[in-house]
Amino acid sequence: MSHIDLSGIGYEYATADRAVVALRDVSFGVAESEFLCVVGRSGCGKSTLLNIVAGFLAPTKGEIRIGGRTVSGRGLDRGIVFQDFAQLFPWRTAQRNVEFGLEMKGLGRGERAQTARRFLELVNLESFAAAYPHELSGGMQQRVAIARALAYNPSVLLMDEPFAALDALTRDEMQSMLVHVWRETRKTVIYVTHNVAEAVYLADRIVVLTPHPGTLRAEIRVPLPRPRDVLSVEFLDYQKQVVSFLR
Amino acid sequence: MSRPASRPIAGALIGAAIAAGIWESFARSGLFSPALTPSVIDILRSLAGMIASGALAVHVLATLGRILIGLAGSCLVGVPLGMLMGRFRPVERFFLPLVSVLSPIPSLAWVPLFILWFGLGNAAAIGLVVYAAIFPLVLNTWTGVRSVNRLWLRAAEAMGADPRTLFLKVVLPGALPFIIAGFRQAFARGWIAVVGGEMIASTTRGLGFVIFDAKEYLNADVMMGSLLVIGLLGLGFERLVFQTIERRSVGRWGMVRTGRG
Repeated sequence: MSHIDLSGIGYEYATADRAVVALRDVSFGVAESEFLCVVGRSGCGKSTLLNIVAGFLAPTKGEIRIGGRTVSGRGLDRGIVFQDFAQLFPWRTAQRNVEFGLEMKGLGRGERAQTARRFLELVNLESFAAAYPHELSGGMQQRVAIARALAYNPSVLLMDEPFAALDALTRDEMQSMLVHVWRETRKTVIYVTHNVAEAVYLADRIVVLTPHPGTLRAEIRVPLPRPRDVLSVEFLDYQKQVVSFLR
Repeated sequence: MSRPASRPIAGALIGAAIAAGIWESFARSGLFSPALTPSVIDILRSLAGMIASGALAVHVLATLGRILIGLAGSCLVGVPLGMLMGRFRPVERFFLPLVSVLSPIPSLAWVPLFILWFGLGNAAAIGLVVYAAIFPLVLNTWTGVRSVNRLWLRAAEAMGADPRTLFLKVVLPGALPFIIAGFRQAFARGWIAVVGGEMIASTTRGLGFVIFDAKEYLNADVMMGSLLVIGLLGLGFERLVFQTIERRSVGRWGMVRTGRG
């Protein structure tokens, strides 16, 4: 059985003069500890889909089950990382940012600090625990955001183009770091991106969405061994395959 | 990151010297009788006299006391009200028109009524400060809450923050740059109110009283000296209070550039 099950998800919203269908009948499952990438052009509804899974939006059709239970609304079983660096709280140090979710869970000060340190270590930022977000580079801020989303131990990690605003070199480093983090923590990941190479590098399986309305176009399994060689023929073949569905 | 501290002080001294020079040439120009435009030396001499006699300290403390009590009162009401207005539409719909109507009415226009209600003296002056200071605080806090980055709210909610926690741990620090700006304006308007109140509400202490009293004896040097003291107190508060708070909070957090000078 899948860890996450989306069945018949639809989302409509009204503008001034008409109703817009952002998503239509999107169904797929994500296995326990699977890394799933949702790929599509801007406007295909992939961020909307992630916001629905996160519980920020309620689907107008269909339902979502996580661990067999129908979910509505937010929950501590899901951690979220956004694209915008500004998601961190500027008035909290890196460590105190990571501690936020633990505070909400009511953990004591000592335990919070210890857990936060452990997750900062996981993203190689233990020496920046006392730094404020504005003192960190974009890549470092996103690593803090990942540590923060993992620290309170959700079983699902939702990521909305977290590396899209980074330069190409930093993005490459972040991707391999994320694979490492994912292998250490064994979270079930849904990762939204418009970057095909990124999806092929990261994913066990890729779901392609096409716009107007957002519908599921294809599912592609990527059984390449990790770490993946981005210059290999197989890697390029998978990229071509994904791109062919985006056309 | 930190510039040498001497530079803003040098800047301030040069500014003061230029201002003194302009005043001095105006005072000696003969446009007014020398009795009405005392020279810089005369102003400083009368100030020194007031300091030596201890009178200045008494008046400064009286005025500062009224301002700080009034500011504290307006903060206790204004900041929570502004936060509630920014967060809850019904509160906004009820209070915003009220605030919009009351805020442009000059505090001095209320003096006669405040005297009738609170009597002559301290209570009327403090009431005026509360009135003058509360609206900048409410309006700035309200704006600050509305400008809080929605991602912070989303991230906090995703991590299980309940509305009360969200209010105290996200909205309040997120709105702090605006709240501090509100305090600056509230302080400035508080001065206008307290000095005006002291002139009219027949108090026997305070810088406003000193100025009004000196008028009876044509002591322009005392009036100018008191104005100078008010200005210097403003500078001191900006330096010691507002800039320190800003440097240790929103400046430290990179939410605003720290001002100096």
